[in-house]
Order: sequence, then structure tokens, then C-alpha cells
Amino acid sequence: MTHLTDFELFLLLSVLKVAVVLVVTLLGVAYTVLLERKLLARMQNRWGPSRVGPFGLLQPLVDGAKSFLKEDMNPLAVERPLFILAPIIALGCALISMSVVPFGAVTRVNGVDMFQIANVNIGLLVVLGVTSIGVYGITLSGWSSNNKYSLLGSLRSTAQVISYELALGLSLVGVVLRAQSLNLRVIVDSQAAHGILSWNIFGGFQFVAFFIYLMAAFAETNRAPFDLPEAENELVAGYHTEYSSMKFAMFFMAEYANMITVSCVATLLFLGGSTSVFGHLFDGFLNTPVANAIFPVCWFVAKVFAFLALYIWVRGTLPRFRYDQLMGFGWKFLLPLAMANIIVTSFILAVRG
Amino acid sequence: MQLALFIVFGALALGGALNLLLQRHPIHSALSLVVVMMSLAVLYWSLGAEFLAAAQVIVYSGAIMVLFVFVIMLLNAGEEERTQGSRAAYTVGFPGAAAIFCLLSFVFLSERNAMKASDIGGDLSNAVDNIAQLSAMLFTQQLLPFEVTSILILVAILGAVVLARREQ
Repeated sequence: MTHLTDFELFLLLSVLKVAVVLVVTLLGVAYTVLLERKLLARMQNRWGPSRVGPFGLLQPLVDGAKSFLKEDMNPLAVERPLFILAPIIALGCALISMSVVPFGAVTRVNGVDMFQIANVNIGLLVVLGVTSIGVYGITLSGWSSNNKYSLLGSLRSTAQVISYELALGLSLVGVVLRAQSLNLRVIVDSQAAHGILSWNIFGGFQFVAFFIYLMAAFAETNRAPFDLPEAENELVAGYHTEYSSMKFAMFFMAEYANMITVSCVATLLFLGGSTSVFGHLFDGFLNTPVANAIFPVCWFVAKVFAFLALYIWVRGTLPRFRYDQLMGFGWKFLLPLAMANIIVTSFILAVRG
Repeated sequence: MQLALFIVFGALALGGALNLLLQRHPIHSALSLVVVMMSLAVLYWSLGAEFLAAAQVIVYSGAIMVLFVFVIMLLNAGEEERTQGSRAAYTVGFPGAAAIFCLLSFVFLSERNAMKASDIGGDLSNAVDNIAQLSAMLFTQQLLPFEVTSILILVAILGAVVLARREQ
């Protein structure tokens, strides 16, 4: 590798990182769908998909092939460029946020950090910004479909996402105050000292913020119990009623990719990111470079997996909100609570600091 | 690298702005404006103003423009009609635009030394965390304007609530 310049090496490794993260995320999306179907089935005393491959493990691949091979229908009266652009925006924004997530401990190969695509100082704001752009996908899909159910679904979704974005952003302020940075790596490091005891949700006393984030995140990703944009008993299928084949699959993948992103952010901000549950208790154990690179990634994946399971559990448990209840809950309960949390946190930090 | 970013996103911003004027459908115009906002955010970022870039994306593209699009969708605005243009546009608009352009270029060119040779994206290579500096500035030297702006926004929110609840 000596004949490559530093810049070429950097470029090569960056492209490699992007490719690996993209493939792993898309596979993660496919298998989150399977996980959801299996877990929901068990909660409802059914088997779930079990025919394709052992335990139905090949089901996502077959579903993907089905989506590709289906006829791609374009209704006549749609607004053509926007109708095609909308699913691309939705999926693109869902995937872009992954670029600032640190998946493991700092592991440098030739000066390039291998477990994070881009370490930016405003990582948290990048995630929030990309999420807020993602709403265009849903808005435009509903409007360009030229269908009243799609339009109603997208109007609901836009209003819901804008409202809950405020509570979501404010719930993160307490964490930022504690870490004194918006850099996701620094936020993770601020929770690394004593394992589970220094996680923001326990030792940081940010559990109120965590529950606000949890509820706002469910609403942001349009998941149950806040899945009003696609309430099938009122709106057929909501904003993606007119979409078929791969364009529908892109919305579907965007929903699950958003779930994964939200789980990653929750892990980073409240559950200590890629740090061990036990802190530095077992640092002497298996202290080799390879183990030190692999174990943090395993912790990270385990925490994200637990959060995804929580998502599915909630979907299997709670009924859907009514629309006015949803708005009232967001504006009259979550928002004031998030503000109170900021005031109390900053007061305590000011007294102790 | 930074120069390439500047050229690409500067061109994108200009193209979006032109498209905003030339499109006939309000939604297409609004979306062009989103493109302009995002390109501006990238330009800010390449100048080292990270926080400004993020705020630009979150506030303008993510909130204000979504509301624009939302309202256009709700009103179901049709395509605008083409006219020959009003006489005011020709007599005042074009000379006015030309005058502003000349004034701005004059100011920039004459103050070129004061601004130094601006190092486009120099801050991107060795980025400093400028959020701490920004907030220290806001809460010490610029405290009064900052608080006055907050009160202004609070008054605007209260006004909106009063207007919205008028029928009860």
C-alpha cells in the first residue's frame, strides 16, 4: 500500500466504509422487517414467516426479489417528476444520517477512523437536519399522487413530524448540556467512565429526556402508536396508496431505515453508544487490538437491537392514537416537559459546576 | 476540494434561484427555494460556520419551507398565469436590481483588502469547534439584542395564538 498517496488511501478507505455501512444497513433493514414479523407473530400466538429457508430466514431476500419483479404502475394523473422523486428523498434521508454515527471505539488504520464515516463537530445537528428534510418525501408523495387519501395521510404526517420534532430536539438538549458538545463521539465518551452507571439514562438522570425522546421518535418515524399517516382503516394506506413495486419498497425500506437511525441515536445519546455495560471492569480481559476493535461494535449492535425490539413490542401492545389526542399530547405534554427538563438539568449543572 | 464545493454549490444555488423564478407551479418554486437554502448551508459549512449551516438546514429547509409547501398543498394553488409584466417592473425593478448589484460589487471590491484574501474552506481542513465561541458571544457581548429578539418572537407567538383562537 506504499505506492498510494495519503489522499488516495483516505479516499479508498472512505469509499470502503461507505459501501460496508450501506450494505450492512440495508441488510439490517431487511432483517428488521423479518424480526418484526416474527416477534409480532409470537406476541399474537402465530408462527410468522416460516416457509422460506430455515426459520423463514430467507424471507426478506425473496420479498426483495418480488418487489423488483412486480409491475411498476404509474397512475395517469400523478405529478410525474415529484412522484418519482418522493421515495428517493425518503430513502436517501433515512440512510444519510448513518454517516455521522460512530459504531465502535476509535480504531485508526493509516490515520482513518474505521468505525465512523464522518466525524463532524455538529453530528447531532446533522442527524436532526437530515431528519427534518426527510419529511419532504412523505409530503411530496401525498401531494403528487393526486389522491385524497394520500393527501390526507401526508398532511397528517407533516403536521405530526413538525410538531414532534420540537419535543425531540428539546429532549436532546439535556444530553448536550452534560456532554458540552454536539459531537457524537464526545457525547459517547462523556458516558464511558463507569459503564451503565454513567449512561445518560441512569447516572446522568436524563430518564425524563429519554422517555420524551422515545415517544417523539416513535412519532417521527410514523410508527405505532402514532402511525396515523398510514392508518389503513381510515386512509387505505396513507401517503403511499398509489405506489407500487420498487417505489413502494423504497418507502417501506425508508421506514425501517429510520427506525434503525433513531435506535442508533438513542443508543449514542442515552445508552452509552459503543461503550461496555461494565465500564472498565474487564479491560484486562482479552486485551488484544482485534478484540478491542470488535467488542465495542458488538455492544453497539446489541443496544440497537434491544431498542428495535422495544419498537416492535410497543407496536404489538398499544392501540393507535386519535389525531387530536396525538397533537394535544405532543404540544401540551411533551413540549412543556422537555422544557422543564432543560431548566432543571441546566440548574443542577450550574449549581454543581 | 473546497473550491470545487464552492463552485458546485454556488452554481446549484444560482440555478435553484433562477428555477424558482421561471417555474410556473408554486410547489416547484417552493422546492427550488429548498435547493437554494441547502446549497447556502453547504457554502456556510465550507466557510467554517458549522452551526450556521445546521441552523440553516433545520430552520429554513426543515421547518419554514415545509410550512410553505404545506400551505401550498392545502390551498391547492393552481398554475400562475403569464402576463406581459407590469410597467412598474420595467421602470423600477430592473434599474433597481442593477443598482443593488453595482453597489454590492463596489463595496466588495473596494473592501477587498479589509476582508483579506478570503480563504475559502480553510477552516474546513482544521475545523475548530465554533459553537462554544458563538454561544459565549451571544450571552455576553450580544446579550441585549439576543434577549430583545427572543421577546419579539414570544410576542409573535402570542399574537398567532390570539388570532387562531379568535372565534371562541
